[in-house]
Amino acid sequence: MTTEAETARPTDDVALLGRGGDLIARQLRRAPREFAVGGFGTLLYAAMTIVSSFVVGWITDSVLLPGVEAGEIGTATLAGAAAAVVGVAAARAAGITLRRVGAYYAQYRLQYRDRIEVTDRYLDLPIEWHRRHPTGQLLSNANEDVEAASFVAAPLPMAFGVVVMLLITAILLMLTDPFLALIGFSVGPALVLANYVFQRKMRAVAAKAQRLRAEVAEIAHESFDAALVVKTLGREDAEVGRFGARSDALRDRMVEVGRLRAAFDPLIEALPNVGILAVLAVGAWRVDQGAVTPGTLITFAYLFRLVALPVRVFGWLLGELPRSVVGMDRVEGVLGEDGGVRYGGRTPATEGGAEADADAVGYLYAETEYADLSGANRQRPAAGNGYERRGIDSITLSVDSGKTVALVGPTGSGKSTFAHLLVRLFDPDKGEVSLDGHGLVDLDRVALTDAVSIVFQETFLFNDTVYNNITLGETFDESEVISAATLAQANEFIAQLDDGYATVVGERGATLSGGQRQRIALARALVRNPRLLVLDDATSAVDPAVENAILAGLRHLDTTVVIVAYRRSSITLADEVIYIDYGRVIDRGPHAVLYDSLPAYRDLIDAYEQEQEPA
Amino acid sequence: MTAATTTTAPPAQPTAEGALATIKRGLSLSPELRRGLPGTIGIALLATAGRVIVPIAVQQIIDSGLSGGDVDMSFVMRMTMVALAAVVITAAATGWMHLRLARVAETALSGLRIRAFRHIHDLSMLHQAAEQRGVLVARVTSDVDQISRFMQWAGLMLIVNTGQALLAITVMLVLSVPLGLVVLALVPLIILMIRWFQSRLEVAYLQVRERVGHMLATLAETVVGAPVIWAYGIETRTRARLQEAIEGHRSAAVRAGTISASFSGAGELSSAIVVAAVLVVGTVLAVDGSTTPGTVVAFLFLVQLFVQPVQIMGEAVNEAQNAVAGWRRVLDVLAIAPDVADPGADGVDLPHEPVGIRFEDVVFRYPRPGETASEASAAPALRNVTLQIAPRERVAVVGETGSGKTTFAKLLTRLLDPSEGCVEIGGLDIRKVRFDSLRDRVVMVPQEGILFRGTIADNVRMGRPDAGDRELTASFRRLGLDDWLGELPAGLVTPVGERGGALSVGERQLVTLARAAIADPDLLVLDEATSAVDPVTEVRISRALHELTAGRTVVTIAHRLSTAEAADRVLVFDGGRVVQDGSHAELLAEGGVYGRLYASWDRGTAG
Repeated sequence: MTTEAETARPTDDVALLGRGGDLIARQLRRAPREFAVGGFGTLLYAAMTIVSSFVVGWITDSVLLPGVEAGEIGTATLAGAAAAVVGVAAARAAGITLRRVGAYYAQYRLQYRDRIEVTDRYLDLPIEWHRRHPTGQLLSNANEDVEAASFVAAPLPMAFGVVVMLLITAILLMLTDPFLALIGFSVGPALVLANYVFQRKMRAVAAKAQRLRAEVAEIAHESFDAALVVKTLGREDAEVGRFGARSDALRDRMVEVGRLRAAFDPLIEALPNVGILAVLAVGAWRVDQGAVTPGTLITFAYLFRLVALPVRVFGWLLGELPRSVVGMDRVEGVLGEDGGVRYGGRTPATEGGAEADADAVGYLYAETEYADLSGANRQRPAAGNGYERRGIDSITLSVDSGKTVALVGPTGSGKSTFAHLLVRLFDPDKGEVSLDGHGLVDLDRVALTDAVSIVFQETFLFNDTVYNNITLGETFDESEVISAATLAQANEFIAQLDDGYATVVGERGATLSGGQRQRIALARALVRNPRLLVLDDATSAVDPAVENAILAGLRHLDTTVVIVAYRRSSITLADEVIYIDYGRVIDRGPHAVLYDSLPAYRDLIDAYEQEQEPA
Repeated sequence: MTAATTTTAPPAQPTAEGALATIKRGLSLSPELRRGLPGTIGIALLATAGRVIVPIAVQQIIDSGLSGGDVDMSFVMRMTMVALAAVVITAAATGWMHLRLARVAETALSGLRIRAFRHIHDLSMLHQAAEQRGVLVARVTSDVDQISRFMQWAGLMLIVNTGQALLAITVMLVLSVPLGLVVLALVPLIILMIRWFQSRLEVAYLQVRERVGHMLATLAETVVGAPVIWAYGIETRTRARLQEAIEGHRSAAVRAGTISASFSGAGELSSAIVVAAVLVVGTVLAVDGSTTPGTVVAFLFLVQLFVQPVQIMGEAVNEAQNAVAGWRRVLDVLAIAPDVADPGADGVDLPHEPVGIRFEDVVFRYPRPGETASEASAAPALRNVTLQIAPRERVAVVGETGSGKTTFAKLLTRLLDPSEGCVEIGGLDIRKVRFDSLRDRVVMVPQEGILFRGTIADNVRMGRPDAGDRELTASFRRLGLDDWLGELPAGLVTPVGERGGALSVGERQLVTLARAAIADPDLLVLDEATSAVDPVTEVRISRALHELTAGRTVVTIAHRLSTAEAADRVLVFDGGRVVQDGSHAELLAEGGVYGRLYASWDRGTAG
């Protein structure tokens, strides 16, 4: 994430500042009102900071010293001085508050806009695109990257104010006394530079420490999750060694953080003090020469103190820039993705089972899917090892209206891919899938989702009630929902849940068993009364007897059903079996016929039977 | 799953302990801290001293150097040099303090982290229940990080700023008692202001955290659920949910931000009020001649040095409370006595031969939340189980979820100790057997193929750390898995990914079996898989199992009744008791629970 920040060289810095400029311009455009408030606040703050030091100088020259010399002081003068101090401070406090409020509003407005736009894009982009991007990456895009891009908003108003403040100070110094100005011009930039270098180095070490912290957490997670194995294999010492090594590496980084602090903290703290002392020494000499008054000297000594702290904001801003730029680039990357999904305007029939056809359909998965397998090219001729092979080669088939068809084949043969193409989760590379004779690409989006429903192998439930997980927010009669759940063999267990249909299922449905979740997902599809129902191994976690009851129930519906299945019992319920391997249709026909004529099919079916006999 | 994973581990002890007691307890466990901290604090105070030098120099120069229009340049130069020297010394002390603090604190904390990690592994399964894991991870990560952050930032701030505030007020009182009292009189007002803002900030940030959680969950749903959203065309509803969650976060965040911004403003104003008060009183006193103009000006600087730390301390105190709470949690975990303890040197070793098992009137109760294992009062998960398993016998254990079969396996492998009764292995009380020996001779293969990031070889070698590559390959060959291994792109050194994620569920099980095989145990306890692996892999696994179990005592928790058919003997558990005991054929003839289980299974698989 922050590797750019760590490895950046001075030449990169110029480029970075350029990109930083782009970033700032983009963000200013995206939250103009918020930044205007912050900008106003910061100007007020800058002006009042300078005025306040003049007030101190003025009080010294016009109230305090004359008063002491005269041995008396008017109440009005004194009250005026106090009022001036409090009044200026109140205005300055208002400036600070407005500046920070503006910065916060800007920062969160930017996050809001980017998150809405990024997630909007996620919803527009096809599943094929989602497949190519790991979940973690998409999440961090919508969360951390968006956040990083907005970080620049926090120091921006302040930095603007400090620039104004420094400019005014510089001008005042030059107008007042060139010698005092010289001090300002040497201490100021030195302070900015020290802050910048500190932030840069700190960020690099902090990023490393953060990564190590994540590793330590990951090992702890992995190790505690595998506690059973650690215990039963007596691996405690080895685990402690593994964890200890990372923990100690983290310690070393944290000590390095300490070392950086040790080097820079004193420097950054000492520089303004040295400046103040120099102002005192040089100022006293200038007072001696009659060039400045003691009040002026106090003014500038006070000003040094007031300005020294805010100067740190540059270090902060420059330190955040690399991360923000990376964040912005990633966010823009997503926003710049072209969905490429077009819908037609046609609508298929609304009654009866649909007819589904595939004409020479081919689809290959993108390479990136294999990223986790360390780049190895895994061509897997053997079946049954759980490896996805690369999509489908060429499939031509048609499913007649109202029929139930089973797609059977070894793992990785292309069954799921084909099932997904049938409902247009993505478009084939070649060939055409059609519904009732209309190409899927020509169909209206809503008409298509009304006509077809798919239930996935991996159930996904929303953190919502059972009822809403079935309706997905659409309006159905309660009786429709219950009858769909009944058909999915889910009504009974739902009724037994604490709150029945109103039970909240928890994140990803964690409170339910796998089989229960699959049945809710099935009810979700059934309540829509689809004309084509595709079950992608959707009942794998359901008890075999229950599965049979479900499938038997489906046969009474006026719906075309395509199921991807393993169990013989469910396969035999289909009107027809289509045997797929190597991304092609090898053969099709009734189960009994295929079983006799196709050895590969017979072997696959028998494998499950063999389980029942002692090997 | 089973009762074990739903039982909350008992908390170690009530946590009504005070902060000082926690710190004392913590220091006694980390001697590095006890030795290193006093010196560091001393240096920190020295570093603070330097901060008040500059205002003193200002005062001195105005009063003595610039008095009455005459400028005493030699005095000004002397004063400047002295102050400069002080600034340099302060800087050096600050640097030294940071160095020491980082080294001492981080070394101690890494030690504490590792010790807690080890201790958690030494605790029994009761404490490692699934819901507890996130909490346990927090003990060795965020809790320790919190202490680290405290030591490096808040703790330091607390010390330095307390020192600075004390020193500033002391200098003020020395320069002018009445002016110092004016400042002190205003302190309670500042503290009240800080309290008021802090309590509001706390509420606001709590809400921000909740909203962040809600937003992240909604984002995750959108990303993970993309296929469902796409397939069902529910983008509009999803957009509305996202909009609500994202806006919820924004509004909570700006609310907290506004409070925080007002806090800064109020802090600014409060120090101005102190300055104004000092100015008014100071000028009156100076006109009186009871104080000098230089003192009044010096106060303007000193007030800053005083008010700022008071504000920072407010923040640091909060952080300190969190850190102490974190420290207490870590110490509490360390305070839990391992309830299934290694007899260590007093123990005996198991003989190198297939071992028999005896359960004598064994009762096991899971503790309710808040109970220790010995106080467990829940309904027994096992009720008076008495049985004997001969060496080399192959036993299948069947029963419905919650029947006690998993608890039985855990007692058998001494992942748990019985509440009553006694478990014997190889004729020895299992509690007397040294862990080294027990873990060497008794191996359990859990249901989920649990793998660690690394290669297949790394994972298998866990079964026997000194095994060479050839032995690893041989282990796969013996299980008939050499062709599978050969097909992998990198063979033995194929990376398995995070938690084995690069392999399929079935393949992960193959690796765990090879791991068990190479360990060459005398008693093998298998928790069989039911996950929907495809048929070919299932056949492969069952063949592997058969091979692996030859010549050993084997107890299999059977989820597929085909396994029970293949066993010498079947134990049927129901309601924590063994209700049937015999061969598959005998039990089938008996009917009962086994007959029922078999019938329901058969219906599902028969064609």
